[in-house]
Amino acid sequence: MDATPPPPRSVLEAPDIARVLTRIAHEIVERAKGADDVVLLGIPTRGVHLAHRLAAKLHDITGGPVPVGSLDITMYRDDLRLRPARALARTEIPAEGVDDRLVVLVDDVLFSGRTIRAALDALGDLGRPRAVQLAVLVDRGHRRLPIRADYVGKNLPTSLREAVRVQLAEEDGRDGVLLGRREPAAEG
Amino acid sequence: MKHHLISAADLTRDDAVMVLDTAQELARLADRPIKKLPTLRGRTVVNLFFEDSTRTRISFEAAAKRLSADVINFSAKGSSVSKGESLKDTALTLEAMGADAVVIRHHDSGAPHRLATSGWIGGSVVNAGDGTHEHPTQALLDAFTLRHRLAGSGDGVGRDLTGRHITIVGDILHSRVARSNVLLLTTLGAEVTVVAPPTLIPIGAEGWPCTVSYDLDAVLPKTDAVMMLRVQRERMTAAYFPTEREYARRYGLNGDRMATMPEHAVVLHPGPMNRGMEITAEVADSPRCTAVEQVTNGVSVRMAVLYLLLGGAPAGPAPTPASGTATTAAAAGTATTATTAPGAAGEAEENQ
Repeated sequence: MDATPPPPRSVLEAPDIARVLTRIAHEIVERAKGADDVVLLGIPTRGVHLAHRLAAKLHDITGGPVPVGSLDITMYRDDLRLRPARALARTEIPAEGVDDRLVVLVDDVLFSGRTIRAALDALGDLGRPRAVQLAVLVDRGHRRLPIRADYVGKNLPTSLREAVRVQLAEEDGRDGVLLGRREPAAEG
Repeated sequence: MKHHLISAADLTRDDAVMVLDTAQELARLADRPIKKLPTLRGRTVVNLFFEDSTRTRISFEAAAKRLSADVINFSAKGSSVSKGESLKDTALTLEAMGADAVVIRHHDSGAPHRLATSGWIGGSVVNAGDGTHEHPTQALLDAFTLRHRLAGSGDGVGRDLTGRHITIVGDILHSRVARSNVLLLTTLGAEVTVVAPPTLIPIGAEGWPCTVSYDLDAVLPKTDAVMMLRVQRERMTAAYFPTEREYARRYGLNGDRMATMPEHAVVLHPGPMNRGMEITAEVADSPRCTAVEQVTNGVSVRMAVLYLLLGGAPAGPAPTPASGTATTAAAAGTATTATTAPGAAGEAEENQ
């Protein structure tokens, strides 16, 4: 599907993703000394599914409910003018709100950091969290902004000519992370 | 989506659904502490209103401001237009000031089309109502209201209006709202019926993608929504019906008539309402009447339109032939705003 010459190489399989998410959930609980005031906000599309999975795991660990929502960053992007106007995804803030909470942003791939910059701006318009942390499934490097993740599923050294593709059962029918050749038009 | 929004016919089904979905998401902004998005920061939207309008202008102004655009309101009264400036010179002035979008309302059908296709300005043109021609954002907000109200559970995101029966009642002849709605609702898959006395049905309506009826009572029982239009006395130059009382009795919506509609059916009105004429107070104040909701939805829909036109990359060379008409434009440049601009897309109305 991706590039034809070398087929994409699988980096994480379904069981790896499950283990990684379990570890991140434990790390969140450890860092936050419980997860009482944690709110998980996924960045559409795949970040939202990851946030829901993390919430389920946090619930298994702490027993308490973990509010989970989604945060669309389209209107805050810095590259809007570079492409035709795009469709918006859903922003769903849990009823508890984000004020004085520990917000953990969840995304699939951390790359330039621009998405997270936009997410921080979007979050600022929604309330004033006690703190904001970032959890990503894959950190592929090549940061363009002073942003780092607090919880990383897998550090994946990549070249700029490569593309990282995260597949999740909710969206793609299967779990997996693929590393392949980057298509000319695509961007991570 | 095209570079301009002149007619509801400019929108494909996918374009229209995209506008409605975007509006649906933007509507949620109203619940947030900061009802503003930074998306159009540094862009300028000019509201160019040659005809009085409060709600449409305020709606566009609120929409642009919520997207952080700078808004310049330009109304014909008290401006250089009242000193005899032509549409062309007004347009060149706006272009010189760097307008990224011009929202135009004009008493002449076709003025927005002229503005968009003459090469006078580079920005997007949004038709906010021209004469008796079109009012596409009103049709979009009506479609948005319909989809939301008729969706049942969920908010209808991604869906169109396939299979819905929608009836438009009243002064079809003078109504730009009716024209835009017939086009848009049909694009969205709905079956549209227009109902009016024969004198208020325009010549050529048989070519529209809708059914024409003169009998309101026959249509109501199988309609999912009825849209009541105001009788536009200010545009009437002849006696189109004997008395207002007779019109109200045959084509006005009262409680008894509303009761013959299906349980889920809703009543739309673009405003301003003439209570007692096309709609009784009982209907206007009932929960089935969406007039107030339509105003709220108008802001969301106009935000969506402005975002989709201005938010992305510049459309490059516009699909409309902007160049090449420069010479004819110059020749026609003497046309003052008092002259009727050529009607758009063969829809020239007999706007007497």
